[in-house]
Amino acid sequence: MNTLEIRNLCTSFFTEKGELKAVRDVSLTVGAGKITGIVGESGCGKSMLARSVMGLIPHPGRLVAGEILLNGRDIAKLSQREYCAVRGSEVSMVCQDPMTSLNPVMTVGRQVKEAILLHNDVSGDEAERRTIEAFESVGIPDPDKRLKSYPHQLSGGLRQRVLIAMAMVCKPKLLIADEPTTALDVTVEAQILRLMRKLCEDGTGILLISHNLGVIAQTCDDIYVMYAGSIVEHADPVTLFEAPVHPYTRGLMNAVAALNRNETVLETIRGVVPNLLHLPAGCAFSLRCDQCGKDCADRFPEMHSIRPGHEVRCHLAGGKEGT
Amino acid sequence: MNRKKKIDQIVRTAGLESQIGEAQTFGTMMRRMVRENKLAVISFGVIILFVLAAVFAPLLTPYTYDEMDLANRLAPPSAAHLLGTDEGGRDVFTRLLYGARVSLLIGIVPTLLSMAIGAALGILAGFAGGKTDTVIMRIADVMLAFPSILLAMVLMYMLGDGLINIFLTLSIVNWASVARVVRAETLRLKELEYVEAARVTGVSRSKILLRHILPNCIPTLIVLFTLNVPSSILTESGLSFLGLGVQPPAASWGLMVNQGRQYLYTAPWLSFAPCVAIMLTVLAFNFLGDGLRDVMDPHLQK
Amino acid sequence: MARTLLKRILQAIGVMLGVALILFIMLRIVPGNPVETLMGEHANQATVDRMTAELGLDQPILVQFFRYIGDAFRGEFGTSYSLGKPVSQLMAAAFGNTLKLTVAAVLFAWCLGIFCGVFAALRKDGIPDRLFMGFSLLGVSVPVFMVAMLLQYLFGYVLHWLPISGTDSWKGYILPAIALGWNSAGSIARLVRSTLLDVLQEDYIDTARAKGLGQMGVIWRHALRNTMLPVLTMMAMQFSGLLSGAVITETVFSINGIGRLAVQAISGRDIPLLQGTTLFATMVVIFGNLLADCLYSVLDPRIRKEAE
Repeated sequence: MNTLEIRNLCTSFFTEKGELKAVRDVSLTVGAGKITGIVGESGCGKSMLARSVMGLIPHPGRLVAGEILLNGRDIAKLSQREYCAVRGSEVSMVCQDPMTSLNPVMTVGRQVKEAILLHNDVSGDEAERRTIEAFESVGIPDPDKRLKSYPHQLSGGLRQRVLIAMAMVCKPKLLIADEPTTALDVTVEAQILRLMRKLCEDGTGILLISHNLGVIAQTCDDIYVMYAGSIVEHADPVTLFEAPVHPYTRGLMNAVAALNRNETVLETIRGVVPNLLHLPAGCAFSLRCDQCGKDCADRFPEMHSIRPGHEVRCHLAGGKEGT
Repeated sequence: MNRKKKIDQIVRTAGLESQIGEAQTFGTMMRRMVRENKLAVISFGVIILFVLAAVFAPLLTPYTYDEMDLANRLAPPSAAHLLGTDEGGRDVFTRLLYGARVSLLIGIVPTLLSMAIGAALGILAGFAGGKTDTVIMRIADVMLAFPSILLAMVLMYMLGDGLINIFLTLSIVNWASVARVVRAETLRLKELEYVEAARVTGVSRSKILLRHILPNCIPTLIVLFTLNVPSSILTESGLSFLGLGVQPPAASWGLMVNQGRQYLYTAPWLSFAPCVAIMLTVLAFNFLGDGLRDVMDPHLQK
Repeated sequence: MARTLLKRILQAIGVMLGVALILFIMLRIVPGNPVETLMGEHANQATVDRMTAELGLDQPILVQFFRYIGDAFRGEFGTSYSLGKPVSQLMAAAFGNTLKLTVAAVLFAWCLGIFCGVFAALRKDGIPDRLFMGFSLLGVSVPVFMVAMLLQYLFGYVLHWLPISGTDSWKGYILPAIALGWNSAGSIARLVRSTLLDVLQEDYIDTARAKGLGQMGVIWRHALRNTMLPVLTMMAMQFSGLLSGAVITETVFSINGIGRLAVQAISGRDIPLLQGTTLFATMVVIFGNLLADCLYSVLDPRIRKEAE
């Protein structure tokens, strides 16, 4: 069974200016012990997808439709109280910016201990022992001393390790890592990604969200490309990098390839991300797409499989629509 | 071509063009406040109404403020006496209107005075820095440590009664807080890139002060003014309530509360009518000040 | 930590000396010889001169000042002209009442202000929010004496629930404490609301929620302590306003405190008493600020660390 299975998830914000569709008809799976990546530009709905799974959609947003199956149980239908029992114990999250994601007035030890005491019926001493263990497992030196540190006394890398320790301390089935390395140095980034790989050896599924293709490529077993709230392409890393199909993915790959070839003029995708309040009726990418056809502007494309494990949301790609 | 038009349209709806920004002139700021903050506009109306009532007091009432009518002592509110009469049979509504003259004057004049002193010293401290800064700010610290009523009491004791002395007292009590805010604002402005640029290109200090610092302090000063008027009114009403401010036969709202206090249980309107007048004025100035701060000076917000 | 604290204490002492000096100078420029006021119009010149010398008023002003400071350090503030007793003795009797009144007022203001602020923030833009924020604005805008008299009229005179004046029992402190705390309660509620709304946007609140904490856990364990930091700073700034309010509250409720003593000193043209009470009340303010500073560094580990 898959650790996480999302089916046709839609999350919208109901603003004064109208409905803003942040997540549109997203379906994805995260296997046990696997790292699944989501890649996309900022503002494409990656973080809202993560928050939808956590049940932490900020006001005035709301889950409109879809199922979120965590080990076969639909957690989208849980009440707030039931959700609290799931958060932190079965599914947990590591946020984007380690510099601001820890409470500045509490020691890091207490913050991790709090997570243990919240979900386990153990004594304070036992919780402290487990905290030290968790610190050790994420590679924090001198864990018993570091317990008493305040966040501002730690480096960014150490803080991210504390956050990961906090997320992993109750042995969740699913860890959502939302841009876990964006705020970190490149060397620290590599260490954190290696740590992620190690974590999933125990069977935890990881949903890794990033705008950085490189990070996703090195780390993930399976990749989803997200654009304007919906998944546009899904494949394993090798296929995605060798044979991308969706024009948007191809554009992304070209931009990276141009970088690798050291060209002076960077290849870019022209235009800007569409306003989520006024999405085009058809394909969200149609305004920027060089091959935009008649169908593309009018009809929202379905996700269809072009070979096992490779799905694309494009009228032009393979399948019955023809090229 | 068609597609380009489409993109333009999207950019417009996304509100990206508003980031280019319209120039923030006084007019646009006021228009924004009128549009967004109805409460501030109503408050401004109330203030104008109070000022007009104070100015045209004789036209609004058939009585004079010291006209005694001993047959009608402590009469409750009625058609003839809207807010009743006091212990000498004088019409409370009339006294309220005349009291508004004194109370509003005390709200505005000392505030202007303390703003002038505070702004001058604050800019000087912030701009000059060093010893001048230390001396001015330490004096301000000392002044701010005093509980304002006690400082005002001592000053009134030192200077003696009289409206002018009340003005002086309240100015001395209030300048320090103005100086502190203006100094902080000056320090902030001094660090701005265009001021730095002006300095590097050799513009003289006095020119930087007059061209760049002073004009940019004006929004802060306007906001401070609207927020300091009510505090002046409150301090004066406190002083007069204790019998240390305005002296009879002149009437200020605080003094009317003080005089009515001995009849609190038999004729509560004597005290509560001026209380409500003070409250409404203070409230109106606070609302207006908040509204102005929102549109003019984001730095003053917490 | 110890060094910043020492620096703060030295600063406070500097401010205290400045306060004493300014007060001293202001009260010496008062026209007329205080001894003449004291002895009445019928005293002959010789007696007046003798008294002047006895009180040290013929010395240069700086000598008088340093003598005064020296005496003040020993707890001596001279003898009250109008009441004939040592000022220190009068103030010692009054201080307890003022302390009880202000502590009760602060407690009231904190409880009501924090409760209303948190509640309003949780129901942002709802009816309770608008109601509480309207009330709090009213709280900041009413003069202290109005609240005091309104409470007296309502709970003392109409309902007979609580004593109108005097401090014979603890009940006598309820109305004065509410009257005095009302203003601060209003501003605390507003600040708690706006700060809490800001804090709830912080990333570490998301972390706490992701941990599985419910709304109440998030607020009590993570948000409130961070919210209290700016509130504490404001509270420190309000100390002097609180003492100002105490002068009026004590007068309205006939409480024998420092503030009422100061008002009596003015009507009795009693310079030593006025000087003593004003100086003392200002010391209390400065001490309160110092205390708030210390509390701040205890609550905020970032400050603590910097100081070390």
